[in-house]
Amino acid sequence: MTQLSSVDQLLNKIESDLSSYIHDHNLNDPAIIGIHTGGVWVAEHLHKALDIKLPLGHLNITFYRDDYSQKGLHPRVKPSQLPFPIEDQHIILVDDVLMSGRTVRAALNELFDYGRPASVTLVTLIDLQSRQLPIQADVVGQSIKLAVNERIKLSGPDPLVIGIEQVPDIGNLNT
Amino acid sequence: MTKEPLQLSSPPTDAFTQSTQLQLNSQGQLRHFLSINGLSKELLTEILDTADSFVSVGNKTVKNVPLLRGKTVANLFFEHSTRTRTTFELAAKRLSADVLNINISTSATSKGESLKDMLQNLEAMACDMFVIRHADSGAAHFIAQHVCPDIAVINAGDGSHEHPTQAMLDMLTIRHHKKNFEGLKVAIIGDVLHSRVARSEILALNTLGVEEVRIICPNTLLPHDADSLNVKVFRDLDSGLEDVDVITTLRLQKERMNSAFLPSEQEFYKRYGLKRSVLKLAKPDALIMHPGPMNRGVEIESEVADGAQSVILDQVHFGVAVRMAILSMAMSGQTTTKTL
Repeated sequence: MTQLSSVDQLLNKIESDLSSYIHDHNLNDPAIIGIHTGGVWVAEHLHKALDIKLPLGHLNITFYRDDYSQKGLHPRVKPSQLPFPIEDQHIILVDDVLMSGRTVRAALNELFDYGRPASVTLVTLIDLQSRQLPIQADVVGQSIKLAVNERIKLSGPDPLVIGIEQVPDIGNLNT
Repeated sequence: MTKEPLQLSSPPTDAFTQSTQLQLNSQGQLRHFLSINGLSKELLTEILDTADSFVSVGNKTVKNVPLLRGKTVANLFFEHSTRTRTTFELAAKRLSADVLNINISTSATSKGESLKDMLQNLEAMACDMFVIRHADSGAAHFIAQHVCPDIAVINAGDGSHEHPTQAMLDMLTIRHHKKNFEGLKVAIIGDVLHSRVARSEILALNTLGVEEVRIICPNTLLPHDADSLNVKVFRDLDSGLEDVDVITTLRLQKERMNSAFLPSEQEFYKRYGLKRSVLKLAKPDALIMHPGPMNRGVEIESEVADGAQSVILDQVHFGVAVRMAILSMAMSGQTTTKTL
């Protein structure tokens, strides 16, 4: 079975790596935006830990998904909240799990509807190494490869719990 | 204009069952939006929730989302409309759809082309959705029964039958200000007989569970089936407005009146016009609504229309979000069926 670090270890790693990344790349006064919902929980932690001055942003990419025609629309979409101008702003974009890259693609599309950021840095707690698009994270907590019958389960926000759960192997349920 | 060879009759007696079957796909999702009749409280609430999500889209720098990118929405307005057509157009454009506005009075139907031929032409151009406004009751139902199975049909007002998207934007306005529907007393004043808005609104209010729906109108403007509408009928504002939470005044639909319904507009204003003097009978925080276009000095006093309790412009604002919700839900109801 795939081994996963604890939540605290993962959070500490991305916190420290991100701090160095911000310093090395001269990202002055960056803003943090979490992708709804798991990404917001991780972003809340980083926002507090790195003492970011600008308020935390929430991004909900439901209206930008590329699988709307297959899956339909979910009612009660909590709207995105970006309480600062995006134009010329260094953005730290946070998601919990990076899988195909499609969520991040949708998030970038939505972000650019609000303005032209100076830069976007992608942070993810887990990278599942199964990208379908040329999108990769700049800061990663842990990079793992799951077995066919495994998937990541994240719950939160307090306490934030992450684990690998077994799912019955009954073929491809990706539809 | 050539009269269409439609066999339109008043909505059938088993309209409830027919509407439900026609409007929903096998998973119970919306695929056409023709009538409030037959839709559940859960579905109406889902429309309102989805619309709420779209309200914030209008506040962004770029007011579009890509949900209906690559889809084509045809606005077929057989009857004149400014507000409804422009809000449907705006809603479709904000969902990134391509929009065709077809002005029927200058189109081929005026040269004798039948409605069915015209629809088949639009189908051949691969339109995905028709938004229909028509002077005959049942027109949108008729079209929904005859279009290709993967085209969604939205009723933007049919004769004096229903105007379901107007009712839903009124419901969103009420929910926005009053938070929920339970315990509300809602009064609808004026030309209820000719009003498709009133019919849809009464159905929606009762489905969503308000305490009481009142209609206040002269005998001549009372619908013949008022007894079956689950409303309380009042003849004058003094008794009808007492203690109400929401007041909707309707436009006098002179274009649909073919006989003497009223002595004069002045007389109507005197007895049924919503004026400051009668407003105090309602609750102090009662909402004032009007589906537009307003006849100031006929059904509503200017000071009331522009007053602090008026939410008439909120109705227009929410109209775009409600139509975005209905367009995207109906399109999703088509596509999710297709993949199954």
